[in-house]
Amino acid sequence: MTVNEEQTTISVALEDLVREVEGLHAGGYRLVQIGCTDIGGAYEVNYSFDKDYQFKNLRLTVGPETEVPSVSGIYWGAFVYENEMHDLFGIPVTGINIDFKGTFIKTAEKYPFSVTRLGGDRCRNA
Amino acid sequence: MPERIVVPFGPQHPVLPEPIHVDLVLEDEKVVEAIPSIGYIHRGLEQLVQKREYTEYVYVAERICGICSFMHALCYSQGVEQIMGIEVPDRAKYLRTIWSECSRLHSHLLWLGLFADGMGFENLFMRSWQLRESVLDVLEDTTGGRVIQGTCKVGGVRRDIGQEKLDEMHHTLDPFEQQCRDLGDVFLNDETVKYRLQGLGVIGKDEAYALGAVGPTARGSGVPVDIRETGYAAYGDLGFKPVVETAGDCYARCAVRVKEVYASIDLIRRAIDGMPEGPLDVKVKGTPDGEYFSRVEQPRGEVIHYLRGDGTKHLARARIRTPTLANIPMLVKMLPGAQLADVPVVVLSIDPCISCTER
Repeated sequence: MTVNEEQTTISVALEDLVREVEGLHAGGYRLVQIGCTDIGGAYEVNYSFDKDYQFKNLRLTVGPETEVPSVSGIYWGAFVYENEMHDLFGIPVTGINIDFKGTFIKTAEKYPFSVTRLGGDRCRNA
Repeated sequence: MPERIVVPFGPQHPVLPEPIHVDLVLEDEKVVEAIPSIGYIHRGLEQLVQKREYTEYVYVAERICGICSFMHALCYSQGVEQIMGIEVPDRAKYLRTIWSECSRLHSHLLWLGLFADGMGFENLFMRSWQLRESVLDVLEDTTGGRVIQGTCKVGGVRRDIGQEKLDEMHHTLDPFEQQCRDLGDVFLNDETVKYRLQGLGVIGKDEAYALGAVGPTARGSGVPVDIRETGYAAYGDLGFKPVVETAGDCYARCAVRVKEVYASIDLIRRAIDGMPEGPLDVKVKGTPDGEYFSRVEQPRGEVIHYLRGDGTKHLARARIRTPTLANIPMLVKMLPGAQLADVPVVVLSIDPCISCTER
């Protein structure tokens, strides 16, 4: 293979998210990114971590109106990803340390990456 | 207690060729809080992955940024190759490494020039960009493009570099390295540069790690994170140790980039010496079905292309996390305590690339 890097993905329940992230923080993991994928009617949120090039991923699946607790109290820099999740997908994230309330990424239309909210994949149909 | 005022920095500012905005809360001339804001030119290129075939999206990925364009193409191609189980020929890996390091060289020399300009050292700015031109000439000679190379593709590379050209490149590396060392000597040892940069925008190792910093911004604070150590492309064969400084100030971040210029020249030299014979690509059959977080070390740090295929000719999702986005929390922590006149230098010290951030 091109890259010999082990990547693990673990599904996590909403109520366990903060505890799992706290555990990784205590274990010395770096927050690499938080990213979102619209899977049609729900969102998959990937919380990615790294320690000594061991890539670990927590995967949370939530509905469009589900409030997701912020992890910015554990990883201070998480606010960029959580504001992005809100601005591009409309996921309500509660308790962000720096909450831009929808003004972090200035888009012409609200939640442009959310197929679920816009009702159809405009890009694929374009 | 002094009165607090808010001074907007950007989105249009002489030291920023691209739009980023920071609200600076000041007490007299001292910054006490910095609130960033991005998204003025967000292009939504991630969504185009659903409209372009997975082999064509390389062209879009390459256009995310005009500086590290080749590395975006590499990171995307590598991700698709991982999902599809494609083994790229060794010669393609070495060529990818050479073009990646040329990209890093011209990016760092570009940044050194901009940084010198931000400090008001115009001769140093011009000399840095003069050296950068010779790297762009090599990229143009070997790929046909100065900004967009178009040589990386899923399964390998499109163009070869002939032995005659490789020999010519090797021959010019020694004098070029000497010129870079003369330039670096000014950045590292000039008293006015040191006076301007040392002790400014300090972030310690633990805080940088906790903030998720990447690239020279992290390594300037003593965090030895460099994705080249994972051994992608030919880095596994060539061997590589990250350049690390520990002071955590603007000078340390500058020193990392200066020394990475020397390291890139060394990597190119060793890649030319060890260039294997063989094909440039493999035939790509089928469609990607699966997911992968592809990681590459760009000039500004770790970039991630999360790719997800559903067995069709279009990928279902591309999520691109660029290094500047990861370094924004560092910037927010660096600015408090700085004088207003130092803000441009501190902002430049993370080498912000808004084109990448607004992918």
